[in-house]
Amino acid sequence: MSTTEWPLWEVFVRSRRGLSHVHAGSLHAPDGEMALRNARDLYTRRQEGVSIWVVRSEDLWASTPDERDSFFDPAIDKIYRHPTFYDVPEGVEHL
Amino acid sequence: MYGNDFGTPESQQQAAVTGESESFRAVLADDARVEPRDEMPEAYRKTLIRQIAQHAHSEIIGMQPEGNWISRAPSLRRKAILMAKVQDEAGHGLYLYAAAETLGADRADLLDQLHSGRQKYSSIFNYPTLTWADVGAIGWLVDGAAIVNQVPLCRCSYGPYARAMVRVCKEESFHQRQGFEILHHLSQGTPAQKAMAQDAVNRYWWPSLMMFGPPDDDSPNSAQSMAWGIKRFSNDDLRQRFVDMTVLQAEILGLTLPDPEISWNEERGHYDFGDIDFTELFEVIKGHGPCNEQRMAHRVKAHEDGAWVREAAMAHEAKRAARAEGAA
Repeated sequence: MSTTEWPLWEVFVRSRRGLSHVHAGSLHAPDGEMALRNARDLYTRRQEGVSIWVVRSEDLWASTPDERDSFFDPAIDKIYRHPTFYDVPEGVEHL
Repeated sequence: MYGNDFGTPESQQQAAVTGESESFRAVLADDARVEPRDEMPEAYRKTLIRQIAQHAHSEIIGMQPEGNWISRAPSLRRKAILMAKVQDEAGHGLYLYAAAETLGADRADLLDQLHSGRQKYSSIFNYPTLTWADVGAIGWLVDGAAIVNQVPLCRCSYGPYARAMVRVCKEESFHQRQGFEILHHLSQGTPAQKAMAQDAVNRYWWPSLMMFGPPDDDSPNSAQSMAWGIKRFSNDDLRQRFVDMTVLQAEILGLTLPDPEISWNEERGHYDFGDIDFTELFEVIKGHGPCNEQRMAHRVKAHEDGAWVREAAMAHEAKRAARAEGAA
């Protein structure tokens, strides 16, 4: 096996102007420039994108599924952040 | 826990089931998707790595029979289409290797397993493409069978595999249509052209049916894969679906499927068809198909001949990084 295996990159594609970049998948490439070119050939052969980001997979930090509950629970008891929490008197408009 | 394969199938199944965590069962029960960092049984992970890798290998090896005709395609239009299709197959292989890597597999290691024969690829690619019509038959029948197999995989329980399949299926439909178009043109051409199309269908029909794998009562891993939501339909159900689709298309092509037993069964609501010679399938899987050696030799050579390119690209990046560091 080759000891010079190319590193892994995560690919994010913006499908059209006005939308955010969305994770499309990953690929191997020796450097960022080649990763962009490979991403173009791999994930946008049918004009699926107008912009691509690539980032080294090892530079990506992710939350862990095990800690999902404790990690996200600060939001659970703050229902007053939603407009539907509030009672609006009859007849009030444009609120 | 799964360190050996010497137990009975029942005992292995038991071991697999006891390895399932609450969270994993809950995801399956909800028909939700398992994502890379979720807890999952080791046997589920191994089964998926094997299946996805073999799927990836099939896409990569599948470039060869058609690549064989790029330089001899009968027109510039056909040549451009065939190049785009073969490039898609390479892309499908790469989507799938990337999906396997989310499970902790290493692509270089998977390729190593392919090259040393420890992992298989679809038996269909061990048949030769003798004429231009074979390119049509591969698109129509082989890609047609692949689509029937792959559409349910878009709902596979493992997220990255399912998403790769959505992308693959979108691209496959052009593959099948271009094959159908090739055969349709040949079939309406001279008697010699029509005979060439019929010959290709004669040779590719039975191997295409074998692509769905052994019959259900002889398919040892199917039950577990169905329980895990990796597989959604049995081999025989998918095979029947393919036959039902294809019979009418053959009529429109004006070509005959080489099975005199094909007939509509009113009671079942399906077409009956003749018995498949599965000894041929097992022989081809074991390495005794017409092109096994040629396909592997070509793949290994391409990999070895490309080594200097991979090394040069890394050396270039190392040099660039060193310069950037020196300048800083």
